Amino acid sequence: MKLTVRYFARVREVLGPVEHWTWSADAADTPQTVGDLRAWLVRQSEAHAQVLAPDQGLRAAMDQAMCEGSHPLHDGAEVAFFPPVTGG
Amino acid sequence: MNPPSLRRRIAIQTQDFVLQHELDALCEGDASAGAVTSFVGLVRAWGEGSEALELEHYPGMTERSIDQMIDEAARRFDIRGVCVVHRVGRLTPGEQIVLVAVTSSHRRAAFEACEFLMDWLKTQAPFWKKEITDGVGRWVDAREQDDAALARWGDLPGAVANAHAQRG
Repeated sequence: MKLTVRYFARVREVLGPVEHWTWSADAADTPQTVGDLRAWLVRQSEAHAQVLAPDQGLRAAMDQAMCEGSHPLHDGAEVAFFPPVTGG
Repeated sequence: MNPPSLRRRIAIQTQDFVLQHELDALCEGDASAGAVTSFVGLVRAWGEGSEALELEHYPGMTERSIDQMIDEAARRFDIRGVCVVHRVGRLTPGEQIVLVAVTSSHRRAAFEACEFLMDWLKTQAPFWKKEITDGVGRWVDAREQDDAALARWGDLPGAVANAHAQRG
């Protein structure tokens, strides 16, 4: 499975704007949901752990629509993590 | 469903906008438009040393989100056209930051849709503001009042609580 992961605002400042991740077909740790992916990312580096930790109030989107952590992933999905929005 | 004739313009841009030009374009040739409302948001100074706002957004998702909110407004209100312009990049206090304009046959739909669209935009469109104060940047926190403002419109497909974002 391949995923594109985008970050914005203070998350982007720490991790950069985009990451591409690939899991082999037989990988046991392939995330199934957006929430699984966040938990998996937290295990990848100190920086990921710091900004994506469960206590960081973040929002998520998949394929450019806001979603909850329970949202299922699919191959080729674009997932984004970011702080609450502050436009207008 | 949306009237096929609904006019819509969505622009995310660094440059400033001219209100009258946007209103003229929205109304031009639409003889059934009896009302046009507009809201213009300005960058407000936040205290001593207010220098600039830096606005970031999620290209692609921003436009989709605004498109979706216009669809929802058209379902709820009898409107004829919508124009949304949002600026990004570096803006200084006093500058225009956002425009929402709505046309309708009669005034009430235009007033209500304009307010609805701003409430949606504040909590659902992926923009982030950073305040630069005396050279130091600080990301702006989301406000619970903005979630409350959207909640009074009732059930909204696809809308997610903002200030109290999910944990974990």
